[in-house]
Formats: sequence, structure tokens, C-alpha cells
Amino acid sequence: MKIRLENICKYYGKVKANDKISFTIEPNSIHGILGENGAGKSTLMKILAGFTPKTSGKIFINGQMVNYNTPTKALELGIGMLYQDPQDFAGLTVLENFLLGLKTSWKIKEYEYTVKLTNLCQQLGFKLQPEAYLKDLTVGERQQLEIVRLLALGVEVLILDEPSTGISTQQKQILFTALKRLAKQGKSILLVSHKLEDITELCDQVTVLSNGQVTGEFMAPLDTEQLLECMFGQKLKQIINSGSIFPQPKNKSTPLVQVRDICSDHGRIRLKNCSLSIYPGEIIGIAGLENSGQELFLRILAGLVRPQKGTITINGKNLTEKNNRTFLQNHIHFIPTNRLEEGLFADLTLLEHYLLVFQQSFWLKSKSAYKLCLQKIEDLKIKGLPNTPAKALSGGNQQRLLLSLLPRQAKLLILEHPTRGLDVESALWVWQYLQKCYGLKASIVFSSPELDEIFQVAHKVIVFYNGQILLSKKISDTTPEEVGNAIAGKVEHA
Amino acid sequence: MDTTILLASVISSAAPIIFATLGETFTERAGIVNLSLDGTILLSAMVGFVVAYNTHNLILAFLASGLTGAAVASIVAIGSLFYGLSQVAIGFVLTLTCRDLAYFLGNAYTRLPGPQVKHLAIPLLKDLPFIGPVFFNHNLVVYLSYVLIIFSWYYFYKTKAGLILRACGENPVAAYSRGINVKLHQLAYTLWGGFWVGLSGASYSLLFKPGWGRPQGAEGIGWIALAIVIFGGWDPLKVALGTYFFAFLQLVGILLQSSYPQIPSQVFQVAPFPLMILMLVIMHISSQKTAKLDPQPQHLSPIQRLLRFLKTTPPAALGSNVHTKEF
Repeated sequence: MKIRLENICKYYGKVKANDKISFTIEPNSIHGILGENGAGKSTLMKILAGFTPKTSGKIFINGQMVNYNTPTKALELGIGMLYQDPQDFAGLTVLENFLLGLKTSWKIKEYEYTVKLTNLCQQLGFKLQPEAYLKDLTVGERQQLEIVRLLALGVEVLILDEPSTGISTQQKQILFTALKRLAKQGKSILLVSHKLEDITELCDQVTVLSNGQVTGEFMAPLDTEQLLECMFGQKLKQIINSGSIFPQPKNKSTPLVQVRDICSDHGRIRLKNCSLSIYPGEIIGIAGLENSGQELFLRILAGLVRPQKGTITINGKNLTEKNNRTFLQNHIHFIPTNRLEEGLFADLTLLEHYLLVFQQSFWLKSKSAYKLCLQKIEDLKIKGLPNTPAKALSGGNQQRLLLSLLPRQAKLLILEHPTRGLDVESALWVWQYLQKCYGLKASIVFSSPELDEIFQVAHKVIVFYNGQILLSKKISDTTPEEVGNAIAGKVEHA
Repeated sequence: MDTTILLASVISSAAPIIFATLGETFTERAGIVNLSLDGTILLSAMVGFVVAYNTHNLILAFLASGLTGAAVASIVAIGSLFYGLSQVAIGFVLTLTCRDLAYFLGNAYTRLPGPQVKHLAIPLLKDLPFIGPVFFNHNLVVYLSYVLIIFSWYYFYKTKAGLILRACGENPVAAYSRGINVKLHQLAYTLWGGFWVGLSGASYSLLFKPGWGRPQGAEGIGWIALAIVIFGGWDPLKVALGTYFFAFLQLVGILLQSSYPQIPSQVFQVAPFPLMILMLVIMHISSQKTAKLDPQPQHLSPIQRLLRFLKTTPPAALGSNVHTKEF
């Protein structure tokens, strides 16, 4: 089936998630869609699968214009999508999951469909037990089932959204072999990924998206340099490696915090042997695409999630297996990027936040807290009143409130994308404030999807890829290009 | 007491509870919690009695009760599915409202003699040794409870409609993406479940605790029915088993009461309830333990196999209003 997309646009308010995207998907081929987070890949695929309505644009199937806006309609046209989060039923068996959505008779013919399922699995080299419950299956197996199910529905175009995330290398090989076989049988495969190696291994054709627009189209053989250039655009070149705004820490030989061989299995994200030494006063920037493991790593570092393996020590004191409270007592503080959901109490006022954090006695001493509150509002220039609820604050002011709740004696600050949703001015303010209050006194570990931010702020950069630390270098020893390559999974072994 | 008579009594006194528990199983498996059972049973018991008293038509009375149950359930379904309200909150309020409404509207019919369901032994089958007197020497209501158990099991696990029903409660968003009209199914099964809860009410006022009054005698049954659904792990056969177990406990209480007159009678009346809770706790703990066991059943001891059989997991999306946000 040949699909032609013409000027597909999708606007969320002012944000242009997809801006005039046009390209053609050929039958008998694997077509890759490459781009960083927020490039508009997922939105485009959801439009194609009928899950999200498009704002404007046309879709042609074999030259004929089609209009649809539900997944069911898309399936009838032969377009099926394998979602990043499996759209299946954990409490039902493999066979039952397979049956749901198929056109079957009112009575379930178990035998007939078990045979059908097993046959399809065999053709693709999958091993699935029809009577097993889905909740006992791995993500890779659930994916296999979904592919088999979509094929049974007569899908001609198969869309896969980041299929290699969270599955084992072995399962990845099985999946890739199956996809190649399907393409040979005449299906069109659309592979969405931010992993260069997946794309170069599989695809006959690649469309690169950046900021909602098509920035390049390539045919196999693919050149990774060109793809990277297209993916990040001129951005990497514009980054000036001017050194951190934070003062360089003195050369002390003993690290403040040591993280050794952390392993953790958390749904689709697996951390493998992550180690990191944090020296006093050091600012470490974490780069990496979404769901590469940095979110989980930060939470382990903050004591919110316990790792399956590995140790964490602060000043030689072992914190492994301790709860978050002990981490706090050792002056380790965490600010999540979902400020309102994880960091603040949406309905509580500023005053109540200060009471909650700084008040030690049983009775609420509103008067002294009120004074503190006004002081903090002035110090941090929070645009709000003591009785303003946190949810009424703008993103920047929520961040200021969170920062104001950090105690002065903090030794390690863990900040998850601290400037998310902030304008340039507010972002700059956040870093200046942190430098003023904590420069040399505390270490900071922060994650950010913006490479320029990491290069402006950090002393050291580490890159997460697929649950592993792929690169760990002093900013002065690396280049934006090298970090950009590592983010996409490419490192030169010197 | 003779075992045959004991078992026959268990079977018969469980019948109205079976209607309520299996009705609720349908509702909850579709992902909706109808907490109003206790009130619904009383209201439909009153409606059933009033209709029977005035028309002398028992079928009409049962039908009216069922429709009453469905009407109450529709409030839960519509409130939650179309207005995004909390199912728990609506359920609680409806429980209290329906109970008071039943007492208020039924006041004029208090302690009046009314028609009752007749005893009807099934010819031939009733003469079978042991099985005959235990299962087939009852009335149509009890026989209907057998039909409901078997029907529910078959419907849940052997039909496509049943599979869709379970899918809706498990993951409504995924069900939607497979072309299932989730809201419509949930609405239908909430009404259907409510209908059977209504029949449960009629079975009390027209058979097991005949007549209308305050108290009627069915008070508290709705709550225990809700607990039994959990106890039975939302599986029709296990739910039925749990219902019989509860009926058995109640009966044992009555028997022990006559053997130990020195213990206050309230102890025996209340005992089944904490016993059910105790069973739930034991099952929960054991299900955590069996989860770690070897998945091959042939390596397990009979007790481990029993525990595995009793292991329960609720429908994943039970009671959530996820659909109103997603669609």
C-alpha cells in the first residue's frame, strides 16, 4: 500500500506539533521516521493511525484521498499502529487479547484461533503461549502479540513507535528479522525512532523531522553523519563552549557522593551498571533522549526509588536501601520536572508550603511563617501572595517556589530539567540564583534536553542511552557534536 | 442436623444473594462499581411486594423489582460515564436514599400478608438420592440461581460478548482502540447487573423474608454481596462459591445458637461478617505467597493449588472514570 501525506498540520493552540509535513511511504519497504523528542514524530503517527485528528492536510492511499479519525477506521483501511505503551489487557490471556477486535462469531472458537495464532507466530519466529496471562509477559512478547494481532486484522501498513525501547537485545533481533520479512511480503513498515542504530540497520528510506517539519529525506545506504546533522540542525554548531557560569570546584580528591553499579528494572526502563562520582561543588549535566534512564537514575539518586543492585554513599556513609527521609537528612534534595504533580501541593497556598517545610512545632505558627513567606517572595521575586495556591502560579514561579523550599545547607541538589517551560529570562534567573546560593557549597546534578544549557552550566556532562551511561566527560574535554552523537547512541571508541 | 437438610438450606438461602453477587460481578467486570446494592435490594424488595400485593402477579412483581434495580444502577452509570462523577460517592448516597425511600414509600404496606413464591420440586430429579433433596426440592427462584451461575460462567469465558465485557473493565482505552463502544457496554452491564440486584430484593420480600416491614430482614445483604464479589475474585464460579460459603456460615451461626444458649445470639448473627473479612485477609496473604511459586501446577501441593485457584486480581480499570477524560 502506498501512502502519501500532503501538508499535514497539527496545532495545539499556538504550538505547531506538525507543520506542513509531506512524504510518501512505499510498499515493500521499511520507512524510518527520525527525530529528537518533541520533533513531532508521535503526533504524526497518531494522526496516521486515526488516534488524533489532524488540523489540516491530506492523506492519500494508493492515490485515493481518505478521511478518517478513529483507530477503527484506520484499521479498516489497513493501517495499524503498535503504541509505545502497549494498548492491551494485562488481566486477559494471550489468546483473549488476540481475539479482541477480530471479527469472530458470538461463541469463541478457542481451537481455531489458537491454531491461527500459533501459525502466525511461527511465520514470524515468535514464541507465545496462548494460555499465558499477559501480565506475566515481557514488553517484547507483548509487542510480538500486538504485531500478530494487527496482521490477523489484515493490516498492510504497520506503524511502530520506538519498538526497541525496553526490550532485550535478543528480542530486538527477533523483532527486526520479523519486520524485514514482513516488508518482503509486501507490507509497509513505518518505524519511529530516535535511535540511529535501529534506523540505519533496518530502514530503506528515512524522513527526518525537527520542530514539526521535515528536514531531510534519505535513501539507504544511510550516512549517520548526515542524519545527525539533519536531526539536530544547526543547533550543535551554534553552541559556544564558553565554560560553566558556576565557579570551578577546587581539586579535591574525595568525592561527595559515589554511585556504584546501579541496576534497576522499572517497566520499560532498565538501568545497567550506572556509576557516577560527584565531587563537592561540581555541576553535572545529564543529557539523553526521553526514557533513556535518566529519569529513573535521578530518582534513585534522590532515594525515591530503590535500585535492585548497586550502592550509593555520601561522604563515605552508605545510603543504599535507606529511604528518602535518610537521603533528606543527609542533605540530598530533589526537584522533579513535574512541578505541580510531584513537587508541590496544587491546592495549598505559598504560606502553607512554608509551614509544611520549615515548621517544626506541633502548632502552626502562622505569624513567623508569614514573615518568612514574605521574605522568600521578595528574595526570589515570586509573583504571588502568601495565600495564592500553588496551582495558580505560572511555571516559572512554581519553580521559584520549589527553589525557595530548598534548605541552605543542602549538599546535593538533584534537578530534573529545572528550566522546563521557562522562558530564557526565567531560566537564566534560575541558574543565577542557584549559583548565588549554592555555588561551591553544594553539588548539582541536573538533566536537560537542551545541550546548550548543559554546556553553559555544567562542569561535566554524562549521556544516558538505553539505560546506560554512554559518555561521561568534563565539558572542557568534549564537543557538542560528540555529546549529540552519544545521545543518538553513537560513540567513537578512542 | 441432617447433612442433606443443611446443604439444601444453604443452597436455598444463598439464592437471593447469588442474584446480587453475580449481578454485581457483571457490573464490576465491565469496570463500574455499583455500591448502592444495600439500598437497591430494600427498594426493589418493597416494589416487588407492593406490585405482588396489588396485582397478585408474581412474574410482574419480579419484573418490577428488576427494573427498579436497573433504574437505580442507571444513576450510577450515567453519572459516572457521562458526567464524570465519582462512582463511589453516587453509590453511597444512593444506598442511603434508596433505603429511606423504601421505608417511606412502603410504610402503608407494613406487615400485610401478601402472595409468596410457591414450592416446586422438580419431578424425577427430586427423587435422585442426595442430589435430589439438596438441589431439586426448592422453588423457581432457587432454580433460576443455578441458571444464572452457569449462564454467567459461559457468557464470561466462552462468548465474544463476555470477552468484550472483561476487556472494558480491564483497559477501556485499549478496548476503545479496538473498536468497542466502551461506554455503551458499561452502561448496559450496569443496568443488567442492577436488574439482578433488583430480583434479589424481590426474592426476599416474596420468598425468604416474606412481606414488608421495618426492618425487612434483607438489611446488610447488599454490603456482604459487595464483599463476596471481591472474595470471589470477580469470577462467576468463585463468586457463587463464596456466596454459598457465606450462606453456610450464617446457617452454622443459627445452629450453634441453639447449642450454646449461654452465648448472646448477636455473636452468631454477626460472626459471618468478620469471618468473611478474615477469609479475605488469608486469601490476600496467600495469594502474595503463591505468586512466587513455581508456575507448573503439577509441582504444587493440593493446598497450594487451592490457594492459587482462590487468587484474585480485580479488573484493572475498576471504578475509574478514565473514559470521560480519554474520549
